[in-house]
Amino acid sequence: MRDEGRNMPNKIEDLKYEEAFAELEKIVEELEGDLANLDKALQLFERGQALARHCAALLEKAELRVQQLTDGGELEEFEGN
Amino acid sequence: MFEQEQAIWSVREISRYLRDLIESTEPLQNIWVQGEISNFSRPKSGHWYFTLKDTTAQLPCVMWRTAAELQLTVPEDGESVQVHGGLSVYEAGGRYQLYVDEIRPAGEGKLYQDFLRLKAKLEAEGLFALERKRALPGLPRRIGIVTSPVGAALRDILNTITRRFPLAEVIVAPAAVQGPEAPAQLAAALRRLNQFAQPDLILLARGGGSLEDLAAFNSEKLARTIVASQAPVVCGIGHETDFTIADFAADLRAPTPTAAAELATPNKLDLAESLAELSQRLARSFFGLVREQRWALQATVQTLERHSPLARILRDRQRVDDILLRVERALRQRTRLLKANQDGLHARLLALDPARVLERGYAVVSKTDGSVVSRTRQVSEQEALTVRVSDGRFGVQVKKRMKDEG
Repeated sequence: MRDEGRNMPNKIEDLKYEEAFAELEKIVEELEGDLANLDKALQLFERGQALARHCAALLEKAELRVQQLTDGGELEEFEGN
Repeated sequence: MFEQEQAIWSVREISRYLRDLIESTEPLQNIWVQGEISNFSRPKSGHWYFTLKDTTAQLPCVMWRTAAELQLTVPEDGESVQVHGGLSVYEAGGRYQLYVDEIRPAGEGKLYQDFLRLKAKLEAEGLFALERKRALPGLPRRIGIVTSPVGAALRDILNTITRRFPLAEVIVAPAAVQGPEAPAQLAAALRRLNQFAQPDLILLARGGGSLEDLAAFNSEKLARTIVASQAPVVCGIGHETDFTIADFAADLRAPTPTAAAELATPNKLDLAESLAELSQRLARSFFGLVREQRWALQATVQTLERHSPLARILRDRQRVDDILLRVERALRQRTRLLKANQDGLHARLLALDPARVLERGYAVVSKTDGSVVSRTRQVSEQEALTVRVSDGRFGVQVKKRMKDEG
């Protein structure tokens, strides 16, 4: 329930690679900028670490998904080749 | 007339004579002949035999296995071809024939002319202009593939994407890649992908083949569909040396299907590397910040030291350092500190346990009413008392009261 707050960041495990990577980039840029609040920095650091771990895990376990587009515009699992 | 002895030739001699004559006639040893193939046969020996004919004449042809193996396609009866080779005589059959070392489709000349005309036309329209080309996305989430669902090209592409970027999702839109239906099917598959799957980019691919085989990719219709595609199109058609109209119209041209898949996807290893780099920057920037904050705090404390009424207390350097140390710890190891505090508290509680005290040799003396004796004035001489030690108790009697001097 807590996670439904307006400014709550997305749950990390639901993020796609490029989303997690982009957020990590933003966090690093923010940390590298002028940031005076240590509490905020700690929060960013911890989320950044979690994002990096998530990205690494995605790279590790990714399996290519192949689908086929039918003449009617439907997507179905690709069989063959 | 009969007196004049005329030389009598043997059959073998006349055949040999003609053979030498033909074989020594330079222009007949390096010729291109155009005609239609008939009676094509390919026995187990691997040699090819056929007759080249046009409306009024026939020419028997032989192609030895070594040359035949180099041909990309096997000709069929009725096919119009140009063949290259040298003429000679087949003595056992009593006929002259062409020994062929290369066969090419006769249509090639015209196809190539058409190709050049269409290329010039579309180029003039600006369809191939560089500023029209779109950039490829760095991390394509969804990759569309237009190719034959059973060809080696698709297999190569899928292998390459699996190896480099298995995070992608691949949508195959099957189409014939040669034959009269191919241009329309290829264009339709491209349109369908854009309409129903919205991929981040599209690979248009086909394995190698003759110029005739690649003809489907030289259609004007396909070129215009590529240009109209919402997703950028990468072409990987044929071999390195093959150029098609589709290649020119595409946003990026790759020499082969595999190369197209490589150009379209990032390498997993590169991704892992930039991820590691970013993680490093994350740690560096955070701990840098912590250090900065500590310095700032130190500076503040020094200012306080000089100006505040607390100066006297803070003048003790050791105490300042102690405070700084504690602040830093609180910032960087909040949870560990908490846990350490808890552990310390626990040890102190243990130390206060009376049983532990008795264990160390102390005793508790109590009166008969149970009150604990801690002062000499609480007891009188001859009074019976109970002494409690770590493993039990025993009774004693007071002999003499002696108060410490002090």
